[in-house]
Amino acid sequence: MSRTFVGMPDFPTAAAEATRDPQLRHNLREATHTIRDKRDSAVGELDDWAQLRAAGKAIKDRTLRHLDVYLEQLESAITAAGGTVHWAADADEANDIVTRLVRDTGEREVVKVKSMATQEIELNNALERAGINAYETDLAELIVQLGDDLPSHILVPAIHRNRAEIREIFLRTMAEWGVPAPENLSDHPEALAEAARVHLRRRFLDTKVAISGANFAVADTGTLVVLESEGNGRMCLTLPETLISVVGIEKIVPSWSDLDVFLQLLPRSSTGERMNPYTSTWTGPAEGDGPRNFHVVLLDNGRTDTLADEVGRQALRCIRCSACLNICPVYERTGGHAYGSVYPGPIGAILNPQLHGTSGPVDASLPYASSLCGACYEVCPVAIDIPEVLVHLREQVVSGSGHAMEKATMGAAGWLLNDGRRLGLAQRALGAARSMIPRRAPGPAAAWTDTRDLPEIPERSFRRWWRDRANGGEGGQP
Amino acid sequence: MTGSRERILGRVRAALADVPRDERPDDVAVPRDYASAHTGDPIPTLVDRLEDYKAIVHRVATGELAEAIAETARRRSLARIVVPPDLPTEWTAATSASVVRDDGLAVDQLDAMDGVVTGCAVAVAETGTIVLDTGAAQGRRAISLIPDVHLCVVRADQVVNGVPEAVAQLDPHQPLTWISGPSATSDIELDRVEGVHGPRILEVLLTGE
Repeated sequence: MSRTFVGMPDFPTAAAEATRDPQLRHNLREATHTIRDKRDSAVGELDDWAQLRAAGKAIKDRTLRHLDVYLEQLESAITAAGGTVHWAADADEANDIVTRLVRDTGEREVVKVKSMATQEIELNNALERAGINAYETDLAELIVQLGDDLPSHILVPAIHRNRAEIREIFLRTMAEWGVPAPENLSDHPEALAEAARVHLRRRFLDTKVAISGANFAVADTGTLVVLESEGNGRMCLTLPETLISVVGIEKIVPSWSDLDVFLQLLPRSSTGERMNPYTSTWTGPAEGDGPRNFHVVLLDNGRTDTLADEVGRQALRCIRCSACLNICPVYERTGGHAYGSVYPGPIGAILNPQLHGTSGPVDASLPYASSLCGACYEVCPVAIDIPEVLVHLREQVVSGSGHAMEKATMGAAGWLLNDGRRLGLAQRALGAARSMIPRRAPGPAAAWTDTRDLPEIPERSFRRWWRDRANGGEGGQP
Repeated sequence: MTGSRERILGRVRAALADVPRDERPDDVAVPRDYASAHTGDPIPTLVDRLEDYKAIVHRVATGELAEAIAETARRRSLARIVVPPDLPTEWTAATSASVVRDDGLAVDQLDAMDGVVTGCAVAVAETGTIVLDTGAAQGRRAISLIPDVHLCVVRADQVVNGVPEAVAQLDPHQPLTWISGPSATSDIELDRVEGVHGPRILEVLLTGE
């Protein structure tokens, strides 16, 4: 059974541990800085990036505001093309549907294209409980699966591993799963990619069932779209007899012609390429070409709860490019595991609390996993205002139970600041007592002052200085 | 199952209570002022972008295609080449490799092939992308996937400037494969290396200029 995020500590605890790991810090810094530069140059090549971004945002908003219409349209288009549509309200139902569909084929092995939706529902574990082996075929997913590790990035789940660590994982574990790694394996990326090719080759040619996600589902034609790099996607989408695609209900775009926007936004934002090496699109099964049986599982699993929040809804525009992770100063230092979910980084910090609610300690801590610098919003290809949603979610968290001290402090501050006379008295008292104010607050409030410098308290407040000056008294320094 | 369909649609409608009942999808304005057609000479751009992504490009005069294919096959030591059933026979007339027409070959037979020759549906200059739609001279998807060397013939009149032109031309009801260079991965330290599961070598023969 592969590891899950269940039981992870809250963000501050996990982040404190992650930031003490120098190897992790080094790997993440290297990788995020490499990809930032590539994205900048790929985006800079297009004069109309701002217009594409505005169009991408608007197309997704149109979809979300009329999602019921588009879901029904997508269902009938897929059905008309010869596919079968299933609806899953939550993770358990989606796992049950997929397990049943695989069982119906009589097969015990499936190959998988990298898919966030199936990570989210922990499909591999559900299949394993049913005696079905699921093999990840994306290189980074393979590294995570072989290493019995957790994903730490949306696009490159093994971003926290460097080449030497990957070599060690391949040498140690590939033999247990199938074709072993060559004994003289070096840690050159070319050699590691070759080892993955040899390890998976036979599996691609023999396996009868594949499971994928989709980057986009086109409502008016019933077309599914998968962007990838390695060709593992093409293998899974082309060679098996049965294809099962698990698709979040927010993956819809209304029309085929809308892809002209997203096929420009996604690759440049994600891997910083003008175009990813391979994109596959298919509309139902094709005669004599590819899988004969095609199923789509439409997944809710908290998305409708997110949709119900008028501010938070914009998180569903996300096309999973990872640009916000790569640019984020917090993610760069903590890595993805600290976010306690398959969706890490800034987008995870707004998506997880909405998909799961903020009652658990991890999800309640995520809206604070940000300095609100706004870099994530700047790079988002569909203009999700992540800082706005973070602040909105913080309001939700503090309006829940607990936080008695913050609430009392804020209440007192409001009482004081709402009345000029009270404020004046308080300022005069502070000024008089300024030599006696401690630099470190007592009790639990020390956590606040330990990481912040208190400002110097002046002898005379600005308001007092202004009044003295107007009265013809002493100006000079306030 | 029907229960979940109705439940999800019901939840969606409840979640969208703030959307005015008479609002139609088209009422949500989508600004379309991005470039729908790019200008300029697409051929040099295509060559530049293909080479940037480690594809090998040959500019071939009309009438010399068969010799160019033969030469590439020789250089790559391709003994067996699979081709789609409708590939023009003159394209492979000069090669000494054994040419196998795909009549529904099993995957193991395809795996025994050293290379594949196909045409394409459209090529996108700005992104260095070639799109196969399983139409004329392209065959089914598996034949351009399993062999390790892909020789792809692109006619100059199939090249468009940007992605929007390609999307507008293509038929979504055909299975499409958009190919930008040989297979690659950025999964190790986010650095791109070529050559994973798909063809590790892509050679493009550009004709009809």
